[in-house]
Amino acid sequence: MDQHYNYKVVKQFAVATVVWGVVGMLVGVIIAAQLAWPALNLDIPWLTYGRLRPLHTNAVIFAFGICGLFATSYYVVQRTCQVRLFSDKLAAFTFWGWQAVILSAVVTLPMGLTRGKEYAELEWPISILIAIVWISYAIVFFGTIIKRRVKHIYVANWFFAAYIIAVTILHVVNGASMPASLFKSYSVYAGVQDAMIQWWYGHNAVGFILTAGYLGMVYYFIPKQAERPVYSYRLSIVHFWALIFTYMWAGPHHLHYTALPDWTQSIGMVFSLVLLAPSWGGMINGMMTLSGAWHKLRTDPILKFMIVSLSFYGIATFEGPMMSIKTINALSHYTDWTIAHVHGGALGWVGFITMGSIYYLLPRLAGEQKMYSTRLIDLHFWVATIGIVLYIAAMWIAGVMQGLMWRAVNADGTLTYTFAESVKATYPYYVVRFTGGLLYLSGMCVMAYNTWMTLRNRDTAVAAIPAVNPAHA
Amino acid sequence: MEALYLLIPLSVVLVFAALWVFFRASDDGQFDDLVGPALRILQDDDLPPPHHK
Repeated sequence: MDQHYNYKVVKQFAVATVVWGVVGMLVGVIIAAQLAWPALNLDIPWLTYGRLRPLHTNAVIFAFGICGLFATSYYVVQRTCQVRLFSDKLAAFTFWGWQAVILSAVVTLPMGLTRGKEYAELEWPISILIAIVWISYAIVFFGTIIKRRVKHIYVANWFFAAYIIAVTILHVVNGASMPASLFKSYSVYAGVQDAMIQWWYGHNAVGFILTAGYLGMVYYFIPKQAERPVYSYRLSIVHFWALIFTYMWAGPHHLHYTALPDWTQSIGMVFSLVLLAPSWGGMINGMMTLSGAWHKLRTDPILKFMIVSLSFYGIATFEGPMMSIKTINALSHYTDWTIAHVHGGALGWVGFITMGSIYYLLPRLAGEQKMYSTRLIDLHFWVATIGIVLYIAAMWIAGVMQGLMWRAVNADGTLTYTFAESVKATYPYYVVRFTGGLLYLSGMCVMAYNTWMTLRNRDTAVAAIPAVNPAHA
Repeated sequence: MEALYLLIPLSVVLVFAALWVFFRASDDGQFDDLVGPALRILQDDDLPPPHHK
């Protein structure tokens, strides 16, 4: 067995990524429709926006997003270290354990069971299961690194390693709770302390899952798909360490103009601005990997997914620091501009790099040369890209409009608009956003069909581990 | 801001841990060759051989 890579668990996670992608985006489209047409909650408590919204975020981040990271990190660590995963049993446990976490979210969130912390809603028994699965993941990943047969640890593994370690720490600190019953617990922190811990967690989750994790994909799958080495391997190492040393303090920008002390808010703002440098370092490095190979974009839709994903990464990591500036935040906070920012990152960056990487993996896991249909990948790409543009443009306009309406005052100091007037003015943008989301979901369904046709009647590929060249060992 | 009594020391410890890992990896020669590793992953052919139906 040790002469072959473990493709089974990679394939399980890859398929789970596609399935949960469809589910999570479907829930997103449903709640987008509810914002435009509130009657769509049908007066059923389980289908109300407040319960489905955390289901959507959990499904796309923790089910679609993290299954994608499991699949790619398990593949990359094996191929670059040229060894089989440290433990097949533990790897299988991470798969089934993680699916159990997701399924319990699907049940408990619509029931209204929640810790009330954004992106950390799952109640304490599930939270403990997450910790157990995550530690197993760390053992499998680092165990594989330790038993590697190639001396150099490829840069993508550094990014995956940072994401695994950081999530462990964030989850434990923010998860600290006092259980009151089997399904109810209270955070051990209170008031503004709790808010600070929550957004320290929240923003670092963005930094280490949604940035570092997916940069791991960038540094393996873009060079492989483009058949070009990383533009600057040195820059990849430098910007990795720059990210690690500067990321931790951006969280307070989520709490501008709140009870958080002013100086803490200002520190959050400064660190957020500093982050522009290492973020763009990664973006430019990924883009320039295509230098001399730009023509490939004409014919290779997988590469299109990857490069457009980097463009959205560049946009989101420029927009984020700008929004963290307190004067800009005074306009943007609590408006749909934030939703535009998040979805530029989520649909454009995280979604596209995951889809590109999974399209790269699927044929290899099925022992095929390519996906069932390259034209369908191209179709997926265009449908999803148009969907993102509609979604983000609508939310940008809506957000700035809301911010301006809320702050408008008459000469006598009274507010020009009531809140309800701003909601009414947002209606057409909610409809456009719903249309964009629907297109993005349709693209995902095309991917699901293509995945089904590629894997149908095919056994998991058996890939032999090549002999190590002693010069490299 | 009692939360900072936890978060600031934690961040400082993490930075020092990262420094330690960085220097250890550096001393170990991990960053000696910053050209070869980028090329090496391209030599690893992970496409299955073509098959005829």
